[in-house]
Amino acid sequence: MADAPQIPDEAEVRARWGAFAWTAENAEKAKAIIARYPAGRQRSAVMPLLDLAQRQVGAETETQGWLPVPVIEYVAAELDMPFMRAYEVASFYTMYNLAPVGRYHVQVCGTTPCLLRGSDDIMAACKNRGMTKGKTTPDGLFTLTEVECMGTCTNAPMVQINDDNYEDLDYDSMVRILDDLAAGKQPKTGTQNPKRHTSEPEGGPTTLKEMVKANHDYRKEW
Amino acid sequence: MPKVTVDGVELDVPQGATVLQACEMAGKEIPRFCYHERLSIAGNCRMCLVEVSPGPPKPQASCALPTAEGQVIKTDSPMVKKAREGVMEFLLINHPLDCPICDQGGECDLQDQSVAYGRGATRYDENKRAVTEKYMGPIVKTVMTRCIQCTRCVRFAEEVAGVEDIGAIYRGENMQITSYLEHAVASELSGNIVDLCPVGALTSKPYAFEARPWELTKTLGIDMMDAVGTNVRIDSRGRQVLRVLPRVNDDVNEEWASDKTRHHVDGLIRRRLDRPYVRKGGQLAEATWAEAFDAIKAAKAGKSVAAIAGDLVDCETMFAAKALVNALGSTLLEGRQTGLDYDVSSLSAVNFNTTIAEAENADVILLIGTNLRWEAPLINTRIRKAAWKKGAKVFAVGPEKDQTYKVTWLGDDASLVAKLPASALDALKSAERPLIILGGGGLAVPGVHGAALALAKSVNAVKDGWNGFSVVHMAASRMGGLMLGYAQAGGIKDIVAAKPKLAFFLGADEVDFTAFDKTLKVYVGHHGDKGAHAADVILPAAAWTEKDFTTVNTEGRVQRSEKAVFAPGDAREDWSIFRALADALGASVGFDSFDECRAAMIAAVPALGTEGLAGYGWSVPKLDAKPAKGPIPSPIKDFYLTNAICRASPTMQRCSEELVHGADFAEAAE
Repeated sequence: MADAPQIPDEAEVRARWGAFAWTAENAEKAKAIIARYPAGRQRSAVMPLLDLAQRQVGAETETQGWLPVPVIEYVAAELDMPFMRAYEVASFYTMYNLAPVGRYHVQVCGTTPCLLRGSDDIMAACKNRGMTKGKTTPDGLFTLTEVECMGTCTNAPMVQINDDNYEDLDYDSMVRILDDLAAGKQPKTGTQNPKRHTSEPEGGPTTLKEMVKANHDYRKEW
Repeated sequence: MPKVTVDGVELDVPQGATVLQACEMAGKEIPRFCYHERLSIAGNCRMCLVEVSPGPPKPQASCALPTAEGQVIKTDSPMVKKAREGVMEFLLINHPLDCPICDQGGECDLQDQSVAYGRGATRYDENKRAVTEKYMGPIVKTVMTRCIQCTRCVRFAEEVAGVEDIGAIYRGENMQITSYLEHAVASELSGNIVDLCPVGALTSKPYAFEARPWELTKTLGIDMMDAVGTNVRIDSRGRQVLRVLPRVNDDVNEEWASDKTRHHVDGLIRRRLDRPYVRKGGQLAEATWAEAFDAIKAAKAGKSVAAIAGDLVDCETMFAAKALVNALGSTLLEGRQTGLDYDVSSLSAVNFNTTIAEAENADVILLIGTNLRWEAPLINTRIRKAAWKKGAKVFAVGPEKDQTYKVTWLGDDASLVAKLPASALDALKSAERPLIILGGGGLAVPGVHGAALALAKSVNAVKDGWNGFSVVHMAASRMGGLMLGYAQAGGIKDIVAAKPKLAFFLGADEVDFTAFDKTLKVYVGHHGDKGAHAADVILPAAAWTEKDFTTVNTEGRVQRSEKAVFAPGDAREDWSIFRALADALGASVGFDSFDECRAAMIAAVPALGTEGLAGYGWSVPKLDAKPAKGPIPSPIKDFYLTNAICRASPTMQRCSEELVHGADFAEAAE
């Protein structure tokens, strides 16, 4: 059912966020972002500005941040565009949150490669910590979302938590990461497989092996 | 001029034409949902697929594909047939099968095209997705599960109405069309999105579950709600008009109509005067026609007779009243009921000379004392086209009101018209096609009319092939009335000064009736409104849908409207009332039938005999051009309640409360 997400009550949100304005630092950033686009095309800056606004809201609420309606309107007014056009953008992209999220926004990939590599275990780890899909935990720490492919299939399964990716996960490493975050520690980002640095094949190259040391012309072997 | 072949027929198409247009020129029907001639091209419904070579070996969306020299287009190949069936099947996946309870049934593009181009059966066994209803205001009812996301309504709101309140939120299967935060769409043109919607997602709220299109009698009419002269189709069943839809006329309304035009019709069956009344001992009492006529005769007015025309009356009515007043020996006629007294020695000085269709070609526009958006919404769309699409500059003198496009407001002081700021004056002077639009607010201030005419001369607004001096009227009867001589030099003050013993008020509700306290006031009209309250004798007449008539719009376009239904009760067509009254008063009006009345009117004013622009030439008088200092008033206080029919209409009342006065009627979307 394509129902609207649980958008908070408008009057309350307006009372809380109606006076939203850039911080001095963000005002500078916003100016720089708008200056990237040619005159008369300032509307193109709507996406970076919405992101900036979401981060500011996040900093104010000590969460990952979200976009209350007055904040979207603030950005739209700054770019001289109708509110509806900015709202369309904010609702189209899943990285803009239209409802408040927790301190950590846990986005578990459930697309085929991650599913095959065990994303169900990752999801179970989250569930066992009391998270429910689309909801924030009562302590306000975690919001769980299942997302589609994040383009990290070589390191499946993966989650994105706030701005960081955690890859090559299993049940235990996921539990550890969540524990660390809850304890206020910063876990190691990227791959959790000690044998990998990034997305290279585990245990050395499996193809183009000759290329490791020096350039090699494979064409003769075709 | 590329030469293309459509289904084996070679033809030349204009440069820049799309493949869809080429197919239409070849007489081929291309099914479509999102494409609309008057909106930008979206290309998102994919229904207009055709086979084009050279090109990729797959069907192409013809609406968004430009023609090229030597293209071979096939609209009837097996590939095209299969492609259309496929698109239709996808569109119908989430479309509910609720045609029997859908108001669009019988005039639904999706219904028609699925019969013509669909597979005939479904292969889809999964659940359909459902979408919650959206609140879009008092005019538009939504059933969003039916929406196929063609985005016509979004494009209309942005491009024509200029109210960017409608948009598509979320994405993919979750995409939904909605107004911003489900607030009412604050446009006086919102009813048009109902017509544009190719499915039953947006339907008319006041007309919900009223009738099926095939049981309606369609009559061609001309709308009388404003002076634009919107061409409409009156849909009636039995004795009731159920809805009014616009007809295509590129010279006047394109294919739009304002919400007032569409939805005042429920006022036509309310507060109607359906029998004569005579005031006895201070109270209006029901009477027979004979008693009413006796009461008029008893006034023994002799020559002391006047007629005052309201905003909704047609030329034949005004002519019949004029014939009677003249036959009784008087010439006291006036149509500007609110007391305007601008000079009418030349009709070209009070006419929309530019013509409505040409107005969109202006490059610099000056609005004087007009809230065009309310006075003539469909002229405003033309100005918006000029400003928004073609980049015309718009300046305005008068009270500041949002016009949906960028306007440089110069201030609301009337004296500004005589000495415009240099920026505006230079822009007008250097313009190729300058346009000066004078509205009702401007006409009300002495001197502004003359100053505007002087300005038109000084900026050379009238030249070969371009007349840039235009006056916007608000009353549908105005230009016709002026042609028939319904104007005194001093306006209605002259009538008051003449102290007539008997005065006919032809649907005139906005008159200051206290000035006529010694006069026997005869109200000839159709609604029990201000005029009827003040009247001594009420003669019930026919509303605009209940008679054949001629009317002249603000650009001097003579148009004819036909009778759709009969007037209720004892009410009679206006001409016959004056014909009978002539007998009662012992005078002769010189006609015995409607046709004779019309013929006599045409004999008196030949320009009313031919439909089309009357053409007043260009010979304007020199008028006082020194407007007094002071703000220009705003003549329309409430767009939705400008006349007796609107005030009787529950829909218009609700629009007024919600959109003008801001009462909150938002329904919780279940």
